[in-house]
Amino acid sequence: MAQYQLLINKKTYTVDVDMQMPLLWVIRDIIGMTGTKFGCGIAQCGACTVHLDGVAMKTCLLPVSAAVGKQITTIEGLGTDKMHPVQQAWIDEQVPQCGYCQSGQIMAATALLAKNPNPSDEEIDVAMQGNICRCGTYQRVRQAIHTAADLMKKETGGEGGKR
Amino acid sequence: MEKNINRRDFIKFSGMTGAVLALGFYLPAKGKELLVGNLATQELELSPFILIETSGKITLINPRPDMGQGTFHSIPLLIAEELEVDIDKIEIRPSDGNPKYGAQLSGGSGSVAASWLPMRKAGAAAKEMLIKAAAKKWQVAESECYAKEGKVFNKKNNSSLSYGELVEEAAKLEVPKEPKLKEKKDFKYLGKKSMRVDIPSKVNGTAIFGMDIKVPNMVYAAIEHCPAIWGKVANIDERRARDVKGVKDVVKIKRPVFMKSPECVAVIADNTYAAFQGKKALRITWESAEAEKFNSADYFKKMREMAKTEGNPHENEGDVKAALSKASKTITAEYETPFASHAPMEPEACVVHVKEDSCEIWAPVQSPDTSAFGVGGQVAMAIGMKPEQIKINVVFMGGAFGRKAFYDFVVEAALLSKQVKAPVKVVWTREDDITQGPFRPAMLNAFKGGLDAKGNVTAFQHTIIGGSIQNQWGGMANGKKVDDWAVEAVDKENSPYEIPNFRLDYLHAEPSVPLLWWRSVYSSTNGFAQESFVDELAHAAKKDPMEFRISLLEKAPRFKKVLELLKEKSNWTEKLPKGKAKGVAIVRSFGTICAHVVTVAQKDKEIILEKVVTVIDCGMTVSPDNVKAQTESNIVYGLTAAVKDGITFVNGKAEQSNYNNYKMIRINETPKMEIHIMDNDEKPSGVGEPGLPPLAPALANAIFALTGKRLRTLPFKLEV
Repeated sequence: MAQYQLLINKKTYTVDVDMQMPLLWVIRDIIGMTGTKFGCGIAQCGACTVHLDGVAMKTCLLPVSAAVGKQITTIEGLGTDKMHPVQQAWIDEQVPQCGYCQSGQIMAATALLAKNPNPSDEEIDVAMQGNICRCGTYQRVRQAIHTAADLMKKETGGEGGKR
Repeated sequence: MEKNINRRDFIKFSGMTGAVLALGFYLPAKGKELLVGNLATQELELSPFILIETSGKITLINPRPDMGQGTFHSIPLLIAEELEVDIDKIEIRPSDGNPKYGAQLSGGSGSVAASWLPMRKAGAAAKEMLIKAAAKKWQVAESECYAKEGKVFNKKNNSSLSYGELVEEAAKLEVPKEPKLKEKKDFKYLGKKSMRVDIPSKVNGTAIFGMDIKVPNMVYAAIEHCPAIWGKVANIDERRARDVKGVKDVVKIKRPVFMKSPECVAVIADNTYAAFQGKKALRITWESAEAEKFNSADYFKKMREMAKTEGNPHENEGDVKAALSKASKTITAEYETPFASHAPMEPEACVVHVKEDSCEIWAPVQSPDTSAFGVGGQVAMAIGMKPEQIKINVVFMGGAFGRKAFYDFVVEAALLSKQVKAPVKVVWTREDDITQGPFRPAMLNAFKGGLDAKGNVTAFQHTIIGGSIQNQWGGMANGKKVDDWAVEAVDKENSPYEIPNFRLDYLHAEPSVPLLWWRSVYSSTNGFAQESFVDELAHAAKKDPMEFRISLLEKAPRFKKVLELLKEKSNWTEKLPKGKAKGVAIVRSFGTICAHVVTVAQKDKEIILEKVVTVIDCGMTVSPDNVKAQTESNIVYGLTAAVKDGITFVNGKAEQSNYNNYKMIRINETPKMEIHIMDNDEKPSGVGEPGLPPLAPALANAIFALTGKRLRTLPFKLEV
């Protein structure tokens, strides 16, 4: 057991846990935020995706020690003042079905758009293929990322996204 | 007296006091049809679906748990339409399993179909009572009043009273026996685009799934199940497990799997990770020699042998044998489909708290049913309580596809809670989920077809061979030779191809692994086989596969219309460049007709699935966008089963265990999908499954058109 300070959604948490405990379980069981999900435990499905310093990361195998000193953002930390355009687009396109994988999908999509505000279908496919959706919402995920790109441009007064 | 108990129960459930208009259903003593009743005046027991308080707050109860197919939205919307309220302004609560709510199962794509009339009737009855109450207050005729957006308006002076203001008066009124339902043309929500009310909570992490339940003093349990499923624990070396920080206990329990109870070992800990680490550190010696005899390769060998024998007839029209002997051309083919795992994104997880004289369950289950087959009844039996002592809280399912209508994991949590005397959260690993089943049955479908000199089909012999889901409860007892569930989607009623000599047989081949309904159940395996074989017949007759089907469906107008529209929408007759091809398939399952045209393209050795165009006839719709979403979902789910991995067993153990070796279709493999809904006034039927069965055959038929290679075994590879 060891003490770690974690910066999650701009708030500092001190946890006393096994150094091997994956960040996923620290976030869910120790800190108590359950928006980030457990799906496979072998970094195959992406349900556990959060941002570490703005980069989408799977957390079900990532030891807590590796997250120290980084800015961690979970689904709970997204759109706290105003809904994030990706969340709005997810509603507009009616993406979720069961919804279980969608926190991970949204975290992967927001990280993609932060890096590439205007992704093509092919770029979306590359960025999002680490996230499984058993309900098969992929076509709407693609569409919603384009919609989110448009919404983000409107916010900044730019052009529409490419299709 | 009865009435008072009823009211007390209800107040306990709802936490409401004061006047309330509460309507539900009851079954009259001699009736067959549910009638709408008023809690305040009804002498019989009923549980209300509609609650309107004097504050104006409206609560609708949803008795069909949501596993992603949208029942949390669609069922209350049926009430909201007739009640004239905005669904965004009402609270929706899941039912609690009380038998007074009637059927509470989400499954068989049946929720909307079964709720379409009763839920609307309840809404319409409440509206009529509120109007009557307003008319009385205003001293005007009811015809001078109308309801809109939670208020009753007076046509003459346009004054209005909110539903809340009318509750006290309305609650005293008799419930109209035959409330007038709205006509389709007057629908405000049904059949129109509506935004699912559950979705906002699913984009910000606030939706609560089974995995997310937390109650005070809860402990976590991970369970090591026998790798060969049916086993007993010969020895546990638990020292290393107990050494794991956070592990509190190691407990042996039994997992209920139909009529059997294999043993398993749970590690109790103070967080999930510790429980998982403890589970990994267990050293268990299993007694499972009998179960280890099962190999799926041998099972298929056995079914291939059985295919040479005569089946037990389910349907038999004309004389297939004679017609085959007279045919100018006969073809035979066998199709094989593997065991499959549901693999919902949320592995099985729930919390159960067994107390001295009661038990509370928080679980993502397809039904809160308290009968012996339901979760409440099974938990009650396992812990020695009565169903009335069990309180069930249904939460969102992170996918289910049939799996969460099987309650082994909930019973495990109850048994553990009883032993450790604390609320227990059971969390299955993905490996538990994929290796332990129950599984979709592996099936073999054998066909013989006969054509005359002109290419007309004169004989069609179809034998379905495989395991019986219902037999696990003894459903094939008393000399029953045909499992009537196993022949679904391909009997004459659901597959009305006009063929003079037709026979549909079944042969029971018992596998020793547990079986369960898996999204679209036998329709998935039967549909693949039949629609592939119909394609083989079309090619043997040298006819266009689309025209061939249409010509056999002249007397089934709904089927024919679906194909005609699909022919147009998919541009079936266009000339395709070399290296591209199309395939078609049509299956009716769960009352809904669905047909796909799949376009494939060859790229080097690879086959690319370019596009799926679909026509679906599910009658009138509640939410057309959700019909499309469900069909897209079924295409991806069906595609995964067609081209990814089946479950295979060696020495009783599943060879697949997680998403690395039981792979899923991902976004980069998802074709473009275009869904068209037939516009008609037919009775609604379900959409949670019917998009699935025609996908694999449409794809295999497209590949045959591209390569000339007939794919008769699932899964197959997308390569030439």
